[in-house]
Order: sequence, then structure tokens, then C-alpha cells
Amino acid sequence: MESILYKDARAFRDHVAQLEASGLADKRRVLVCLGTGCVASGATAVAEKMDEALAALPEEERVELNLVVKRTGCHGFCEKGPLVVLMPEETFYVGVKPKHVADIVERSVKGGEVIEELLYQDASDQAVAKYGEIDFYKTQTRVAMRNIGLIDPADIDDYLLRGGYGALLKALTEMQPADVMKAVADAKLRGRGGGGFDAGRKWSHARHAAEALPEHELYVLCNGDEGDPGAFMDRSIMEGDPHGVIEGMIIGAYALGGTRGYIYVRQEYPLAVENLSKAIEDARSRGLLGEDILGSGFSFDIEISRGGGAFVCGESSALMRSVEGQVGEPRAKYIHATDRGLWDKPTVLNNVETWVNVPRIVEKGAEWFTSLGTERSAGTKAFSLVGKVRNTGLVEVEMGVTLRDIIFGPGGGMLDGGEKGKFKAVQTGGPSGGCLPEDKLDLQVDFDSLTKAGSMMGSGGMIVMDHSTCMVDVARYFTSFLVDESCGKCVPCREGLYQMYRLLSRICEGEGKPEDLDVIESLSRTILVGSLCGLGKSGPNPVLSTLQQFRAEYEAHINDKRCPAGVCKALITYSIDNEACDGCGACLPACAANAIIGTPKKGDTFQIEELKCDRCGACAAVCKRGAVAVA
Amino acid sequence: MSFFMTIDGKRVKAEDGEMVLDTTRREGIEIPTLCVHPAVEAFGACRLCVVEVTKESWGGWKGLMTACLYPAAPDLIIETQSERVMEVRRTVLDLLLARCPESDVIQNMAAEHDVRQTSFTPREDPDKCILCGLCVRICAKAATSAISTVNRGHERCVGTPWGGPPPDCIGCLACAHICPTGHIEYTDAGLSRSIWGREFTLKRCGDCGAPLPVTEELAAFLVKDRELDEKYLARCEPCQRKEMAGAFGRMARWEKLGLNQEEEVSK
Repeated sequence: MESILYKDARAFRDHVAQLEASGLADKRRVLVCLGTGCVASGATAVAEKMDEALAALPEEERVELNLVVKRTGCHGFCEKGPLVVLMPEETFYVGVKPKHVADIVERSVKGGEVIEELLYQDASDQAVAKYGEIDFYKTQTRVAMRNIGLIDPADIDDYLLRGGYGALLKALTEMQPADVMKAVADAKLRGRGGGGFDAGRKWSHARHAAEALPEHELYVLCNGDEGDPGAFMDRSIMEGDPHGVIEGMIIGAYALGGTRGYIYVRQEYPLAVENLSKAIEDARSRGLLGEDILGSGFSFDIEISRGGGAFVCGESSALMRSVEGQVGEPRAKYIHATDRGLWDKPTVLNNVETWVNVPRIVEKGAEWFTSLGTERSAGTKAFSLVGKVRNTGLVEVEMGVTLRDIIFGPGGGMLDGGEKGKFKAVQTGGPSGGCLPEDKLDLQVDFDSLTKAGSMMGSGGMIVMDHSTCMVDVARYFTSFLVDESCGKCVPCREGLYQMYRLLSRICEGEGKPEDLDVIESLSRTILVGSLCGLGKSGPNPVLSTLQQFRAEYEAHINDKRCPAGVCKALITYSIDNEACDGCGACLPACAANAIIGTPKKGDTFQIEELKCDRCGACAAVCKRGAVAVA
Repeated sequence: MSFFMTIDGKRVKAEDGEMVLDTTRREGIEIPTLCVHPAVEAFGACRLCVVEVTKESWGGWKGLMTACLYPAAPDLIIETQSERVMEVRRTVLDLLLARCPESDVIQNMAAEHDVRQTSFTPREDPDKCILCGLCVRICAKAATSAISTVNRGHERCVGTPWGGPPPDCIGCLACAHICPTGHIEYTDAGLSRSIWGREFTLKRCGDCGAPLPVTEELAAFLVKDRELDEKYLARCEPCQRKEMAGAFGRMARWEKLGLNQEEEVSK
């Protein structure tokens, strides 16, 4: 490909016009998802097979089909991957294997037919053909994720055809830096990384601090250290729409007078690093990044800084130390990063999803943005919806919808229809958030309502739990995560969370005492107010929220030595209901502890030896008649 | 520039650029600390120095801040003994007592806060390290960064590269002397010193041959990196004193003779 350099705004406009006229946009597209989730389920082989199958077509047929295969980023529906989408007809194929490719080319691409067995089946087992009609996508409003899945992240022209860098052009040619600042402030954009801090305020504070320096110096940072268990919104955005993040940062730097930018990406996201690196290189070679951007006189460049995968490095001060090359440990933030952040210079750090919203705001205006969402939480929010729901994946909705809207809308409702499968709680906000019970299902999802209810928005993790989940065990899980991920610098977080974990383990093991709950509560108070950084200051939330909403469950563990959900091994026993058992003997080989006595024949009675049983639940899992009881 | 703050109801003068802890120390207001030392920058690890901070204009909101890191500012209203403050201090000491049950420093400090026994599970195999980070910080500042904290969370400890004898250590003992609980051990015997699993040879006095409290490596570091004149590392203290006394003696004799040193030399 010849190298193109936009030496001014006009060259950029001309090239985009040329692209639009080239017919590229009108081509039929075969989108093969190569997001991390789909790659894990074998999408690479599907894409290769697709190339082969189409290359094998005779030349004239290829011209007639006017087709292009795109390797895209994540559609957010990873559970159903590998995904293949045919555009413009929006045919959405799930679970595509290499063996299906020939069929897709023959019947769908050439024949225009829809292959029923590859379609998504909804809750009532009805096949749904079109992208937009699938319940998972129907109620989503995609702003931050508007390009993901639809473009090839490695192809800058794809991004340009979707209007990419148009917002940057607008900012550079029609707006003063102050206008951009005003647009972001008027849009009431709040940080999507966890705290929900007003981005406009953060920006103006940093700009003032930079202006007070003898030489205007300011760093623009992007936090891509997403570390909450089960959350992958930022990864998908970085992988699937890297130019969106970069464009947001360039616009931000223009507004702020930023000199240099860093995108901090955790080491576990190799594809994000690859796609971002390619995007930065392409943007630079086109003159969209680097010296004298689009001939405007404004210069700004971005580097990628790779993290080692420590959760605490998502905390702003630890992240900045890590970028500097020091140990990623937080500092007290009595002096804000907007005054003295990276290398002690004014710094603006925003999360991936926040940055990707910036071009949309500049392009469509603050008014459009505030028309989405609620009064105090404008716009949309991406969630990674996981757990016991039918559809798991990335969901972007307008803020202000209820938890119920999400779980029973895109989520498709609970996974298991039985008694145990009923909704019990939803955990939001990752390890710093909390669990909300059924009576909070109609709570509005926005920054303030979730915090008020004892949880938080966080970066957007959402784990749905049913009655087979033990809340004490959940609290113990999140606490153990934090014990491992605490940097260990300050006493309340390092020692306090560890002791909290010991207390919770004791309760799960049936050795809890009634006074333990008081100790947990008073210890929590000290960790909440006494810790150095946000990790410790929110560390007790999973425990406190479950204790507040599900106290009876804690008490059952302590007083009755019983785990109502049947999870805590020390407090449950497995037995075989001989009325229901048909003597098939499937449980015998499943039991690794050889704890089941009986001979496989009809009418024989089976027994579980309690002393031998290690309560793994394998017998219950293989029993087709539901004859293994947990109590 | 100086200004006024209110600490425990008392109007107190503070200086621009200082931390709340500097003010309270100057005023003789006692706040316990474990990770603060004037030789190194504040760190905020022990959390014992938390105080409750507010301002008239904050609408009643009070925050718990660490005095060692919170910049003094005009019109701050600070409480150093409020109930919330004392709860945090007691819990922190309770936690440290579970971590280091055998440390007398922690035992005493805890007892002063009415914590006589830990309410948590004591550590199996305890040592006296409270992870205040003073040793690591002084080594970075005054010596060679030979030690560092390693691992995360509850696994965190002070360590050496790959757990072996630290190659950059110069045996200066700054870490051992700054350690508030006496966790870091060393031995000095004759001409040999050992610390962190490394053996050092002490320098000898150029006059009497007695061991100097300086290792060969420390002497080399001071001369090369800190540009100290070698002569200060050549003799032991008694011999230096002897030399000094000799010099004074000579000066006294010259004075008697009505001479000064220059004339003596010019002769």
C-alpha cells in the first residue's frame, strides 16, 4: 500500500471522500470475529477457511459478489462464538466451525439463503436471523462500542469509513481547545473506570495546573489495566476499536495542551497491545499523531506502557508509578494527579471507555450525549454481564435503565428455570463493589444509585447469581482476590483484609462464632477509612454488602452450622434418595473418593459414606434422576 | 509563609510546605508513628498517625488523613484523639500485634492504646518485621538500594535479590539502625561483620590497627559516590583524637613562642 500522509485538513478530507467514492463501503462484508473470546473457541481457523473458500471461487464470480472478508474485534457475545456476520443483510451466525464455512459460502453468500442451524436460538427456542433482532442486542445502545465487531481494527480505512477521525478534524479546524473542554464539561461525561468522577472538572483542573507551570507540560493517560474478575469491556474496546481510543486521547490532548500520552495496558491483553500498536503506527504515518497533526501546528504522541498484571496498578497513583518504571504502589493522593501526577507533572488519567466517548461527544455535541442516560449520569455504560444468565457478554445500555432491564433484557433472564435457579443477587463493581438482592432489581443503573445502594458502578462488571450461590462464599472469594492483589504497603489493607479472609474462611468452615460478625464490622470500618488507596478503602464492600443484605445466611453458617445454598463443603452432606434412585450406578465411577456403596442394578440401594465423601458434587452432577440430595 | 490551624481546639501556627505531623511535633502534640523518620520521605504505610481533618467550609464533612502526608493548610481543624481516630489506631495495633506478637515495641505501643491481646489470628512463625519500609527507604536514600520489598499483599516482605546475599550491600547497617522493631539483625566480631547473609571485612585503623566501624565496601562507597576525603576513614576515633590533641599541643607551644603556623612553615 502506498503511504499516505495528510499534510493538512484538506488532504484528509479529500482522502476520506476518495474512500467513500471507491465503493469500498458498498461492498458486501463477511465479518469474522477475531476477538479474544472467539479466537479461544477457534475463530482463527474459521477465518482462514473463509479466505480459502472465497479465493477458490472463479474470478468473475468474485467480482460479481463484490465481497470482502473482515477480521473484526469482539461483538460482545463471546459465549456464542465463533461468530460470523454477513452484512448488509445482518445474518448472524453463532458457533461457527471450519466445517460450516463451505456451507456458508455456498448457501448464504452465493445463494442468499439463511442457514437455520447456525442461528441464535432465543429463550423459546426460536431461531433469530438478524443481528439487530437478537434479544441480546435489541435493547442495547452502543456509543462506546459502536464500531466494535463492524470494522477491522487493523485497517485504519475501515475506521475512516465509519466517520473516524472526523471528530478530531472538527476539533482542530472548527473548535478552540476551550470549546472542546466546554463540550466535555457540558456533556457531563463521568469517568467510566470506577469512581465516576466528572471528566470536565478533572480536565479543567489539570489544564489550570499546567498553565501555572513555567512551561506548559501535561500528560494524557489512558487506563487499560482492567482487572476486575470477569470484566472485559475495555479489552474489547482496545482490541476492536483502537483508533477510537486514540482519537479520544488526541482530542483530549488538544483541549488540555497535552504533550505526551500513554496507554497503560495490562500484559494479559496481548491482542489489545498488538491492535493498539498497529493503530498508533498507522495514525502516526498518516499524520494524525505526532508532529503538527493535520497541519494544525498541534503535536502530540502516544506510547503504550505495558503493565505486569497487578490489579492495584489500575489505581491511578500506582499506575503512574508503574509507567515511570517504578514499583506499582499507590501514594497518598492529598495532592491530586491533576496537579502532580506522572513525573510530578499535571496529568489527566481516564479509562478506555471514557476516552472512546470523547470523539462521539465532539462529533454529535454535548446535547446529544446528555439526551442519553439520566440527569446526573449522562450517556451509556458498557457492562460485562456474566454469571447465571442465558446470554453472557458485553452489554451497553443507557444509564438509568434498571438492573432488571439488563438481566432480563439483553441477559435473556436466568439460566436455570428450577427453584435453585431463581435470581438471588447481582454483584456489580468488581471486587470493590457489592451484591444487590432481589428487592433492588428495579434500581436504576447509574453512578449514584448503585453507590447509594451499597454497591458501585465500578468499571462495569456484573455477575448474576442464583440460589446455588452462597453469599458468604462470594464474600470470601472477593476478599481472597483482594488479599492477593493488595500491594501490601499499608497495614489496614494488607493485614486487615487478610484477617477478614481468615474470619470468613472460619465461618465457611463451620467454625464461626457469633461475635465474629462484630469483629468483621469493626475491622471493616478501619479498613474503609484507614487504608491508603482505593483498593483498601473499598475492600470491605463485598463483605459489608452481603452482610447487610444476607445476614441470615451468615447466621445460618454460624449458629446452625448450615450453608443454605449448599456450597460450603464443611457444612453440607450428600445423600442418596433411594426413592428417586434407579440404581444405574453412574455415580460410582464419578466418585473419586470411592465414598458410594452399592452395586449397579435396578432396585439396589445406594449410600454415601459421609467420612469418605469429599463433597465435590460429582455424583450429583452425573445423576440423571436428581437422586443425590445436598443438605 | 506561616498561617494558623486548629489542633485539638488549640490555635497553632504552621508553616507553608510542612505536613500536619511536622506541626504537631513542633507543638509537642503526641501522635504515634512507626514508619516515619526524619532521614527519609514520609510513606504513609503504618496509618497510626491518622487524624480527623475538616474545615469550616466543608459543611461538616470530616476525613481521616495521615498526618505524615497531609499538607498543613490555613484554617484546618484537626482532631488527633477523636473516637474514629482512636478506633483506627487500636485496630492497626491489634493487626500488627497479630503480625508480630513477639515485638516488644508493638506490645508496648498496643498496651498504651489498651490493646493487650490481639483479637485476630496471630501469624504462625512470626518475626518482628512490621513492613514499615524504613530499611528499604534509607538504603535507597543513603546507600545503594541493596534491599527492597518483594511480593504483594500478605506475602510482602523485605528481601534481597533472589533471596541471596545482596550483591550491592555495603554493610553500612543503616537498615538495622533505622528498624523500629529490631527485626534486622547483624553481627560485628573482630574484623568481620555480617548482615543479610553477607560477610564484610572491617577496615583497620592506620595507626593502631584496631577495627574501624566501617567496611571496606562502605569506605569505597563514601569516597567514590559521596566524595568524602579518604583521610576521615583512615583512623579510629581514639587515634583521631590523639592526633587532634597533638595538633592542639603544637599550636599551644607555637603560641607561647609567639609564632603562628604560617611563620613556622615559611621558615
